[in-house]
Amino acid sequence: MKSSVIVFPGSNCDRDIADALEKMQFKNKMVWHKETELPKSDLIVIPGGFSYGDYLRSGAIAGKSLIIDEVIKAANSGCLVLGICNGFQILTETGLLNGTLLRNKNLKFINKDVYIKVINHESKFTNKYKRDQVLKINIAHNEGNYFTDSKHLSELHNENLIVFKYCDKEGNIDDKSNPNGSLKNIAGIFNSKKNILGMMPHPERMIDDIISNKDGVNLFSSLLN
Amino acid sequence: MKFSITVTLKKDVLDPQGKVVKNTLVNMGMNNLKSIRQGKHFEIEVNETDPIFAEKKVDEMCKKLLVNLIIEDYKINRI
Repeated sequence: MKSSVIVFPGSNCDRDIADALEKMQFKNKMVWHKETELPKSDLIVIPGGFSYGDYLRSGAIAGKSLIIDEVIKAANSGCLVLGICNGFQILTETGLLNGTLLRNKNLKFINKDVYIKVINHESKFTNKYKRDQVLKINIAHNEGNYFTDSKHLSELHNENLIVFKYCDKEGNIDDKSNPNGSLKNIAGIFNSKKNILGMMPHPERMIDDIISNKDGVNLFSSLLN
Repeated sequence: MKFSITVTLKKDVLDPQGKVVKNTLVNMGMNNLKSIRQGKHFEIEVNETDPIFAEKKVDEMCKKLLVNLIIEDYKINRI
């Protein structure tokens, strides 16, 4: 499977995701944001980081960069797109995903391992996980508080577009297990065609027992399945 | 021609920064304080002579980049 990782000034998880993809046997290419053509890809990844120093709003400037027009075209023709952390913020700024990421409710940058529950396990991105499986995954963000209007929220529920929700170790989804104030504990969502996934947690940091755990591995093996 | 743009969070959107600023001011003894919403301010100069066209251009800038219409409202004033 061929993948492309888009790199912006200020991206800082681009090497991590590239390592994860290569470890999982993807044939990966790095694509600088000023490029106007994408290499042939089955998967496009928008990595985490602080593109353009979060100027204006997180992801706002990157969302208007040259390569993004190509990403939008590819996404609209069915290419798989994964946006992690700042990548999720960029996808909302491009309009490929609805809603937005507000500042964390407690106004603090949060960097810790949290638990998330797999809500939709029947997708291209999650088919190797079990229904309601609880994963321990790292989050590191200042704006991860997902917000959308009530019409889109019911669409998310009715069409099973919520992929991950924050929970506790036992899988309880409540205010106590919500690290950033995100609407309905949402940690990751699909677009309506389910070929675009935006998520705040970092699966690429969870692929090796030596540094963390392997809870992120199945996201990549699902894509290869 | 110069314009000022004020961007504020919509009424229904939580504004934790505004809330913290308000609490701090209350702690400083400003007891008559009712509410605070924090926002952003832009000053934009455009090379146009027609005020209607210029404002239309500034409005386009707001809609396409400066404002996130899901969570923010904005006001344009000529200065």
